[in-house]
Amino acid sequence: MGIYFDHAATTPMSQPAIAALNEQISQLGNASSLHTQGRSVRKRVEEARENLARIAGSGPSEFIFTGSGTEANNLAIKGFYWKRIRENSERNLIIISAFEHHAVLDPVEWLESHEGAHVIQVPVSSVGVIDLEALKEIVESNRSRIALIAIMHSNNEVGTIQPIREVVDIAGDIPVHTDAVQSFGKVDFNFDELGVTSATISGHKVGGPLGVAALILQRGIDITPILHGGGQERDIRSGTLNAPAIVSFSAAASAADHDRDVSYREVRELRAYLIESLRNRIPDIQVNGDVLPALPGIANITFPGTESDGLLLLLDAEGIASSTGSACSAGVPQASHVLLAMGISERDARSSLRFSLSRSNTREEIDHLASVIETVVDRARAAHLRH
Amino acid sequence: MKVIAAMSGGVDSAVAAARAVEAGHEVVGVHLALSSNPQKYRSGARGCCTIEDSHDARRAADVIGIPFYIWDMAEEFHDGVVENFLSEYAAGRTPNPCLRCNEKIKFAAVLDRARALGFDAVVTGHYAQMRETELGRTMHRAEDPLKDQSYVLAVLNKDQLDGAVFPLGDTHKEEVRKEAKRRGLYVANKPDSHDICFVPSGNNAGWLHDRLGTETGPIVDEDGVKLGEHQGAYTYTIGQRRGLNLTVPAEGGAPRYVLKIEPKSNTVVVGSHEALAVSAIEGEKAIWCGPIPTTATEFRGFAQVRAHGSPLACTYSTDGNSISVTLNEPLFGLATGQGLVIYDGDRVVGSATINATA
Repeated sequence: MGIYFDHAATTPMSQPAIAALNEQISQLGNASSLHTQGRSVRKRVEEARENLARIAGSGPSEFIFTGSGTEANNLAIKGFYWKRIRENSERNLIIISAFEHHAVLDPVEWLESHEGAHVIQVPVSSVGVIDLEALKEIVESNRSRIALIAIMHSNNEVGTIQPIREVVDIAGDIPVHTDAVQSFGKVDFNFDELGVTSATISGHKVGGPLGVAALILQRGIDITPILHGGGQERDIRSGTLNAPAIVSFSAAASAADHDRDVSYREVRELRAYLIESLRNRIPDIQVNGDVLPALPGIANITFPGTESDGLLLLLDAEGIASSTGSACSAGVPQASHVLLAMGISERDARSSLRFSLSRSNTREEIDHLASVIETVVDRARAAHLRH
Repeated sequence: MKVIAAMSGGVDSAVAAARAVEAGHEVVGVHLALSSNPQKYRSGARGCCTIEDSHDARRAADVIGIPFYIWDMAEEFHDGVVENFLSEYAAGRTPNPCLRCNEKIKFAAVLDRARALGFDAVVTGHYAQMRETELGRTMHRAEDPLKDQSYVLAVLNKDQLDGAVFPLGDTHKEEVRKEAKRRGLYVANKPDSHDICFVPSGNNAGWLHDRLGTETGPIVDEDGVKLGEHQGAYTYTIGQRRGLNLTVPAEGGAPRYVLKIEPKSNTVVVGSHEALAVSAIEGEKAIWCGPIPTTATEFRGFAQVRAHGSPLACTYSTDGNSISVTLNEPLFGLATGQGLVIYDGDRVVGSATINATA
């Protein structure tokens, strides 16, 4: 069995989530149908919605289920953009942070290249926190032109949590969307208390199944839909509800929420142990975005003089899963835009790996990583020199 | 051994990787990204550097059951192959980019990186055979004469060949396709790649025009009499007969051929077929695939000057760095810049870059 340090990519389904999925998947019925079978499925979906809403600190009617976090982010960004520009044709400006996930960055770039949107990126500090002063200036000098502001709740590559409450204060009546995919179920996330207009959460990051996520959207706000059809989910996201996945997502969220504080502490300790173990072997490592508040389990580490794809290959060969920034559509490794936005050099960005931990990881696994890291780094350094 | 299987997304490299696994090697599949903008290069089944090809390679690795990664070699490929291709043409020579790619990328950049990462060798789907003989580990022609690629591998030195594994050398292409099908490899029926992978249209002259520009110059006969004009001397190849568009017909209507390309004066010289005859070839920058022949000694052997050319009976000698060849029968039309490969029977002795002919 391999050692899995890539829980931010996806994490194993929890037992309650598997049980719920197995049970619901054998139930007949379309939640939109009016007959007995339909009502029975509908009931389970609505119970799940209420449970998820309670955990997320929102109202049940604010939950719009989608097929992925990417879909929820696209819906929020395009939906708000089209709604706001229809209300006022001056509002074509989108404000995002410079290190958003591609599921936010790419729809925004698409609006820029296809729909005439203008985009301003809020800079981030060297430790991975957005510059609130810069945001304030941007908002104050462009207020009437801004369609929406989208700032992630926590960064998926370095784990830093962003000051969303302050963003909302600065925004005033401008809609604020936050991608909370990495935060939900792991750290404090309360939709009402944050005051954001919309937020994205996703099932498979908290031990639920793949293929289910949600856009939490304040009641009374109707954004322009992307999918048109049967009128499900407040007519904002048509499509037959994926009842088994929704019910399972809810069970996973309950389990994650129940253990959240213990889990946070344990994972945070594992992370500290991992960094210490690596630093003992490779003294010149740098930990990127190493500040609080943060997600408990993400350690983004630069191994100077290496290339991350060489590191990843060698660790994979040792049975250890980690991750590099991202790859282009052809699979060519790219320097992480997140690290570049934090002012890290292209060279260091290309020498960085993300380890993301969960409670299922052990100190023994970290010891194994530490026992092979010197050879791996030596080889990756040699390969980099010859490359 | 621990080996890197270079996987282009084609059928040959997929079967080669599968055979390496079966031979008991620990295999990691690697696809080389040769362009920073993959769409720029040829699309579809004909080339070797597109998104579809990388997906095909990944899928083949899945089926074979080996790890798979993409290595970014775009910079190395551009500097070592594309730039060289352009500068050679600009200098009036006719380069073979596949030779350069094997020499500078697959068995240099990739092999070096593989060795640094702890691997022993690079496996490719090339058709050539490595054998243990009394001369040591030597390279020989493939069993399938139609697919033999020993010519484009003759730029590899002993050390590079020691890090090369060619599992397909003993097999005919049709067998390889059948084997791919048997192994459930989706690429079994993918067409062979042809031409030059980084020239998207297959239109070599047009591609060169776009990059080297158009410059009108004279087409002259051997006495310097102007017979026509061209748009860039580099788009011509020695021995070329078609597309000259000469305004002055030759005496007796005999066809005329490109004899010489003079890049400095941007002049193309044409003449009779007889004037193309070459009996002596000089090659520089010799590379030896096995033992270095005794210097200043005449050997009988075969010379090959094109990837799919015939072996020409000859005598050859070397001073270690250059190779002199005397052909038994004259050859018609030979450009400088092409690779000269020397064979002893089916064994590859070595290669050089042609720098003079007579």
